[in-house]
Amino acid sequence: MSAEINPTGHPKAGTTKVKASSLWLDSLSRLLRSKTSVIGLFIILTLVVTAIFAPYFATHDPIEQDLLNRYAAPSSEHWLGTDGLGRDIYSRIVYGTRISIQIGVIAVGISMVVGVLLGIIAGYFGRWIDNVIMRIIDILMAFPSILLAIALVAVLGPSLTNAMIAVGIVGVPHFARIVRSTVLSIKETEYIEAARASGVRNGEILFRHILPNSMAPIIVQATLSIGTAILDAAGLSFLGLGAQPPKPEWGAMLSDAQEALQTAPWAITFPGLAILIVVLGFNLFGDGLRDALDPRLKQ
Amino acid sequence: MLNYIIRRLVFLIPVLLGVTLIAFSLMHLIPGDPARSMLGEKATEEQLEALREELGLNDPLAVQYGRYLGQVVTGDLGKSVKSDISVAEELANRLPATFELTLFAMGVAIFVGVLAGVIAAVKQYSWFDNISMTGALFGVSMPIFWLGLMMIWLFSVKLGWLPPSGRLSHEIELTTITNLYLLDSILTWNWEAFWDSFKHLLMPGLALGTIPMAIIARMTRSSMLEVMRQDYIRTANAKGLSRFPVIFQHALKNAFLPVLTVIGLQFGYLLGGAVLTETIFSWPGVGRYVYLSILGRDYPVVQSTILVIAAIFVIVNLITDILYKYFDPRISYD
Repeated sequence: MSAEINPTGHPKAGTTKVKASSLWLDSLSRLLRSKTSVIGLFIILTLVVTAIFAPYFATHDPIEQDLLNRYAAPSSEHWLGTDGLGRDIYSRIVYGTRISIQIGVIAVGISMVVGVLLGIIAGYFGRWIDNVIMRIIDILMAFPSILLAIALVAVLGPSLTNAMIAVGIVGVPHFARIVRSTVLSIKETEYIEAARASGVRNGEILFRHILPNSMAPIIVQATLSIGTAILDAAGLSFLGLGAQPPKPEWGAMLSDAQEALQTAPWAITFPGLAILIVVLGFNLFGDGLRDALDPRLKQ
Repeated sequence: MLNYIIRRLVFLIPVLLGVTLIAFSLMHLIPGDPARSMLGEKATEEQLEALREELGLNDPLAVQYGRYLGQVVTGDLGKSVKSDISVAEELANRLPATFELTLFAMGVAIFVGVLAGVIAAVKQYSWFDNISMTGALFGVSMPIFWLGLMMIWLFSVKLGWLPPSGRLSHEIELTTITNLYLLDSILTWNWEAFWDSFKHLLMPGLALGTIPMAIIARMTRSSMLEVMRQDYIRTANAKGLSRFPVIFQHALKNAFLPVLTVIGLQFGYLLGGAVLTETIFSWPGVGRYVYLSILGRDYPVVQSTILVIAAIFVIVNLITDILYKYFDPRISYD
């Protein structure tokens, strides 16, 4: 993209061609220059493609049992072996990508929507509203996150949906604090002052001017939170508090396979590797995104 | 300094009150009848009514909260619905096990994490930097419950080097003083028990310490890199000081502040992560206790244990803030 600039404004003066750029284009180019973020992006894209085309990638029905073939070792028929009910582990991992994406999107969506709303209100209105919201955030942060999630699921009842809600609630304070601090600095800028002076209503200032300018840290936090959300939800499922049978959720698969640790280690190895790789992908991409959107943070 | 500590302790009161409110609400958020939820579908109406009466569930919520607060303040954390044993008593027995595990995990995480971070920063872009930071990236993405299972498979099942569960072998006798087995075995000069409890502690400790270790290593590296570019480090190098004191006395001490924040926050993670680790390794600590209580729907236990863990976490964060003063005397507390 380029633009013609006439520095003097005189109609006959010479013009200079300069390259116009934006924060987002600059960031994208920085992001794609980083090898680790490209690896992260590749892992995420693979996950998404696998989830969309799961029926094409899977070799078996993920919940079809074959009790004569319990804990079969990896073979040409079952690439990653079978579990305690004779189900194909590879196909269950393939279908499990859908659940991982669901967890990432829904849980982080809850954290983001609630956290951003609380952060933006606290930061913009300040005074007692800020005090009340931030004290609630402090209290939520007084709980170790996985423990709070466990407690919430214990109350709500074990299910994948409740696990996602619990993991979502646990993530709210992080978004709220980040957004609040960003809003605190943006609301002092001249263009916000100008908007306020010209009579623009608070709602419009918040959602049309402040929010779009706070997006960079929110996007970074969201990307990094997806990995954590997948880990936490897998932990909950491992404890029997998340996805329930016969859902092919990776944490639940590990939990089921514990009994066969001595005889069928493959039933544990591959679902765990799947979690590790996906979380690694989001962390690599999130790190790269953070460096790209805020180069001051790059070490 | 003393004023600051007192002020922070006063600020703790509303946070802890909020924590008690959340812990209290947990039992009252249960959809339906908590008594039915605890005793199951087969319970008779008499049993349900008796439990409601015992837990005071028939009183107004404000009265129940006031009573709960009064009990908590006097150290009465209630009784287990299942075993009728006092929660405070159970916690007193189990907390040392969890402390031993988390302290060991944190000790390993700080030692390895800080050392790896410092070397990675000093030798930036070297093979050590690349390998350790790649390892750290894998570390922060690691599902610890999977790592724990893989460790059991390798070191217990395949190699037979380490015991897969528990704190001490049955045939070993140990006189307990603090209930921290490593410490007790040193105090009683019982080296057989020391070696045995160390072997039991190694796998759960390493599994639990992996994520904090990775986070500490990454934070130490980035913080060290920033400090090493400062003028005073250049001056120290220029006047001929040897490398070791420059790195560890000048640079690390100044780079340690952000690392300290991470350590404080990771302690909370360890207390939460202990639920998973203790479950895998059958470690008889608070994490396993709360997990079994959740499965058994023993809500008074869940409520009180969560409260105690949150209180410990808040206090650890306070201690972290106070330690800041040591590492950065410029910090003013006024």
